[in-house]
Amino acid sequence: MKLRLGAVLVSGALVLLTACGTDDNSGLPGAVDFSVENLRCAPSGTLLASGSSAQANAMEVWVNTYQANCEDSQINYKATGSGAGVQEFLQGTTAFAGSDSQLTESEVEESRRVCRDGGRAVHLPMVAGPIAVAYQLPGVDDLVLDAETLARIFDSDIRRWNDPAIAELNPDARLPDIPITPFHRSDGSGTTDNFTSYLNASAPEAWPYEPDKSWRGRGGQSADGSSGLVGMVQQNPGAISYFELSYAHQNDLDTVRLDTGADEPVEATVENSSNAVAQADVTGEDGDLALELDYATRETGVYPIVLVTYEIVCDRGNNPATLDLVKAFLTYTAGEDGQRALGEIDYAPISDDIIQQVRQRIDAMD
Amino acid sequence: MPSHTKSTARLGDRVFSNLSKGSGIALLAIMAAIAVFLAIRAVVAIRANEGNFLTTFAWDANADPPYFGIAVLLFGTVVSSVIAMVLAVPVAVGIALFISHYAPRRLAAGIGYVVDLLAAVPSIIYGLWGALYLVPQLTGLYEWLDQFFGWTGVFAYDGTPARSLMTVGILLAIMILPIITSVTREVFLQTPKANQEAALALGATRWEVVRMTVLPFGRSGVISASMLGLGRALGETMAVATVLSPSFLINASLLESGGGTFAQNIASQFKEAGSMGRDALIASGLVLFLLTLLVNGAARLIIARRKEYSGANA
Repeated sequence: MKLRLGAVLVSGALVLLTACGTDDNSGLPGAVDFSVENLRCAPSGTLLASGSSAQANAMEVWVNTYQANCEDSQINYKATGSGAGVQEFLQGTTAFAGSDSQLTESEVEESRRVCRDGGRAVHLPMVAGPIAVAYQLPGVDDLVLDAETLARIFDSDIRRWNDPAIAELNPDARLPDIPITPFHRSDGSGTTDNFTSYLNASAPEAWPYEPDKSWRGRGGQSADGSSGLVGMVQQNPGAISYFELSYAHQNDLDTVRLDTGADEPVEATVENSSNAVAQADVTGEDGDLALELDYATRETGVYPIVLVTYEIVCDRGNNPATLDLVKAFLTYTAGEDGQRALGEIDYAPISDDIIQQVRQRIDAMD
Repeated sequence: MPSHTKSTARLGDRVFSNLSKGSGIALLAIMAAIAVFLAIRAVVAIRANEGNFLTTFAWDANADPPYFGIAVLLFGTVVSSVIAMVLAVPVAVGIALFISHYAPRRLAAGIGYVVDLLAAVPSIIYGLWGALYLVPQLTGLYEWLDQFFGWTGVFAYDGTPARSLMTVGILLAIMILPIITSVTREVFLQTPKANQEAALALGATRWEVVRMTVLPFGRSGVISASMLGLGRALGETMAVATVLSPSFLINASLLESGGGTFAQNIASQFKEAGSMGRDALIASGLVLFLLTLLVNGAARLIIARRKEYSGANA
């Protein structure tokens, strides 16, 4: 508990410190309107959930909206991190878990102990978030990189900003002759997992490491949490790092446009990442909606580094005491209003085709 | 212990005696329960580990099969704490001597107060101050060290942000300074006046008085104060996690980023740890527990041996 509280304090304090000097609060939940018409409330109750911190801002908006419209309902989502959230769900202490990554087979087996009536845990994709590659480079506010160059930069193979490989992609930029300091997450993170999935899928020769929540590359420096990385990029000229788009926007950082092989380099935007989710395949079976993204896509206007976060629930045999509230809350979040709210805080809504299936799945929960 | 019969013991005595006995037993029971729990979880993780728990340079505890080792963490924890002790103990002894024997009384009270205040700053504040202010300031010092001592390898520096074990050591030194200082000061103040006056009567200067009476008398006190500080340095979590740039490599140079400590690694990995990952972290925590136990045991041995010379009861 002490550790977790500490971590929250660090990130909170760093966000406060790094957010100084900008009045743009559009990425913060505070700027969002919580009023929604015709939200269907469940009978009053209290709901405990925990998990992914990547969807914490979206949850904050959703929870506030739901509670503002349904008095007497209490929803408590703790952003403990996916791993801890899944553990708590499997121990039966929470009604659902938020997770950046899919459960392993053994975890699904374990869920059969918590889910009654022969049910098991299923994935409901609910939020997608673009992962931006941000940098600080004096005199360069538009930078194009491709997967191979990114992989070589983050593997400490390209060490200076005026390297020919970067210059070739940016013929018009005046690249300074300063060292590159790549920063990665020091804690286990779904963001790292997605970023390295992209590198591994699009440039397997330059990035031979298996995608993982822990960093596998060579060299570079590391920092704790996305807010820690933001601080490092702001502090060090020549720094480059990756984190959720909202962090880049809130702190006015320049982001890299990706040369994916499409007609034109793609920018990290909500729209471009929604396009990536629309092309994802559902790989889950029997009503499970786990998704697989095509990280190596070459389509125009598709930004491939997208983090999809799931809500983990039982398909059957949820705790009857909280079932109604879970269904009502998730029906709202997967509904049009809930999904529309995401765009305002730099998350991407799940595409129509998939969110339809999510709604059916929620209706069928018992 | 004097034996007493039922007739002389009053109700209050009995209640108090049972209460304190119960508290003592409860403490032992709780400690035993924690130790057993930690040991069981740790054994589960170490059994499943594909790497060597002591020598592997990696932490893939969530992988299947898990592969992790504590070599880097042990090295980082010990090295950063040793740096902290080397920097903090002489300064702390100096401050304590100044307060107890050199400073005018009013100044001494003021300085003592400020030092105690340092101990009240939460470690996360030290961490933020370290990350945002101290790290950029150290670049110059490290470049200087590299220029003159870089050939040793230990002080080689590559110019990247100074988020290394050395920086952690410096920050920890500042954090443990107050506790070492205040304990040392109290011990120095207890030096028998008779001894000091005897030394003065023999014509000793103030420095000679300190050397002949205060330091020998306070030696075991200084050692126990240092061990208190070392305990804090070994277990410090948030300040280290905020300042260090961790990686699972042992760097020959103290100035280049990388490395890690037990407590920092637990804080970083805990959030995304699965059940095996959590057990592995508990196993590493158990090693830290043993390390602290060992250090404290060694300190007690030293103090016990010195006791006869000094007369201080530590």
